[in-house]
Amino acid sequence: MNSQYPEEPAIIVDPRRNVFKVARRNFVDPEILQLEQKRVFERNWIYLGHGSELAKPGDFVTRNVAGRSILFTREASGKPVALLNTCPHRGMQVCRERKGNAKSFQCFYHGWIFGLDGKLRSQPGEDSYDPDFKSRETSHMIPVPRFEGYRDFYFVCFDAEVQPLVDYLAGARDFLDVICDQSEEGMAIVKGTHEYSVRANWKLLTENSIDGYHASTTHASYFDILMQSNGGAAFRSGAGRGYDLGNGHAVIQGQAPWGRPVADWIPAWGEEGKKEIDEIYATLVRKHGEERAFRIAKMGRNLFIYPNLIINDIMAIVVRTYYPLAPDYMNVTSWALAPKSESEWSRKYRLNNFLEFLGPGGFATPDDAEALEHCQRGFSNYKDVPYSDISKGMNKDQPSSNDELQMRAFWTQWNKQMFSPPAGSNAIKAA
Amino acid sequence: MEQADVLASGGEQCDQGSLRERKMSEVTRSQVEDFLFEEADLLDSWRLPEWLTLFTEDAEYHVPCMDLPADASPDDSLFYIADDRFRLGERVKRLMKRTAHVEYPHSRTRHLFSNTRVKTREDSDLDVSCVFATYRTKDGVTDVYVGSSKYRMRQVDGALKIRSKRCLLDGDALRPSGRISIIL
Repeated sequence: MNSQYPEEPAIIVDPRRNVFKVARRNFVDPEILQLEQKRVFERNWIYLGHGSELAKPGDFVTRNVAGRSILFTREASGKPVALLNTCPHRGMQVCRERKGNAKSFQCFYHGWIFGLDGKLRSQPGEDSYDPDFKSRETSHMIPVPRFEGYRDFYFVCFDAEVQPLVDYLAGARDFLDVICDQSEEGMAIVKGTHEYSVRANWKLLTENSIDGYHASTTHASYFDILMQSNGGAAFRSGAGRGYDLGNGHAVIQGQAPWGRPVADWIPAWGEEGKKEIDEIYATLVRKHGEERAFRIAKMGRNLFIYPNLIINDIMAIVVRTYYPLAPDYMNVTSWALAPKSESEWSRKYRLNNFLEFLGPGGFATPDDAEALEHCQRGFSNYKDVPYSDISKGMNKDQPSSNDELQMRAFWTQWNKQMFSPPAGSNAIKAA
Repeated sequence: MEQADVLASGGEQCDQGSLRERKMSEVTRSQVEDFLFEEADLLDSWRLPEWLTLFTEDAEYHVPCMDLPADASPDDSLFYIADDRFRLGERVKRLMKRTAHVEYPHSRTRHLFSNTRVKTREDSDLDVSCVFATYRTKDGVTDVYVGSSKYRMRQVDGALKIRSKRCLLDGDALRPSGRISIIL
């Protein structure tokens, strides 16, 4: 296969006939994955972590981000930094712990010591080095080429020429604001991380995370339980909408049958809970006005930030990122996000909500994984059944959250980046 | 069947009266092991509604995330599983349905429980710890879950019951299994 000009198009789009098809080869071909690493994961802003994970100077986490080993820490001044976690001397990972607090980082191999800013402080046998050794750029740990944050969500990019993060976020910025505006004190990641894998292509999880269409059949058993635990509450569901947010980002937004700690009460939470949630809502109305408060509190949203970040603000808030290790295998990491100063009661219900639906032990996520893995198995027929269909809702002016506009937004950007890369930057020239 | 008297499922075969007078401190490790082996068998034969009867009405079943301390609370930390008795019941109901797609058709499992230790408590309950290796096979893939379990057991009407079960998974991520769709 010539990666630049595949024999069959990666997507087929015909708006006049409402056709949008995605080649299943995109999910199985190792050459596609190699190209994705260069043209998707090394060219876009990739989520690294949340500022709340580094509560004080010296706090650090180490993380694998788009195939790179990254040390995310906070300098003494309070400034967050993202360093390539490799010793300038001989390459070892300088920090081998997953998280903690440090005054400096020492590479144990030969004992080089680095400050929180990654600058070399000392190395054994300094008299055997040139006097100006420590003033050379190559003697220090190297920061990632680009590192920026928006409202405490920190991203890295391995392409120094990338546009600023706020511009990159395009229409997703407003939805990120809506999520962060749930709390005046700010939002924080809750202790405890869901770290798992799915034996499927990473783009299947992109699709699934913003797919309103699959819920009623894939998650039938969850909705049975929801009706039970809501005390037979009426099944509430408003007509949701899907939006293309630009740059490959997309969202579905609408009302849903579950309760939301900010701030949509359900009878199962009792009168005491109602009082608290009414107060939260009243505060939001005072600060943001009725219309925006309704959107913040009563509507939920599945927000996709291209290429591999999901923030689903539903019965709880999940921040989920994922990265492929093979065409048919991805690592997934998920966190719960919550208002920093919410009450113990609210935190408890939020986490309870989260677990019931989300995560490897929940009543929904394992069925999603089952669907994704069996799509992957079905793709073994890709040579004879080459395309998937994501045309649902193309015949409407305003597609609903049960349509597939969101996936089309993703695939359109993906196709553009993969097969019509701009000149320059680190794009590969066509053979 | 000497030790059957402490098995919930073997209740009809034993002299309930004498056991009721017996203190938890007199329950032996092999009696507890028989109880655990019975639990493993019920899980492996997918007799989940029967398995649920091993639990007290106020029971809890917890699987914390692997980056949390062993005594973490699900009230302020994200777990993989934090079921009260109601949700544990819903979990069992769900797993017995065809619409629990991940476990339909059922996977085949084998729960191995070992290294059992029994510690009595002042409140007459029993602290039991053991290690586990649980195999799950489905669609040509076998995953293994390894860790330790902490039980609190209580005697109810002459039979041992589980007041709480907390499974602490080894490793630093749920990979490559990716799910805890079965009961550990």
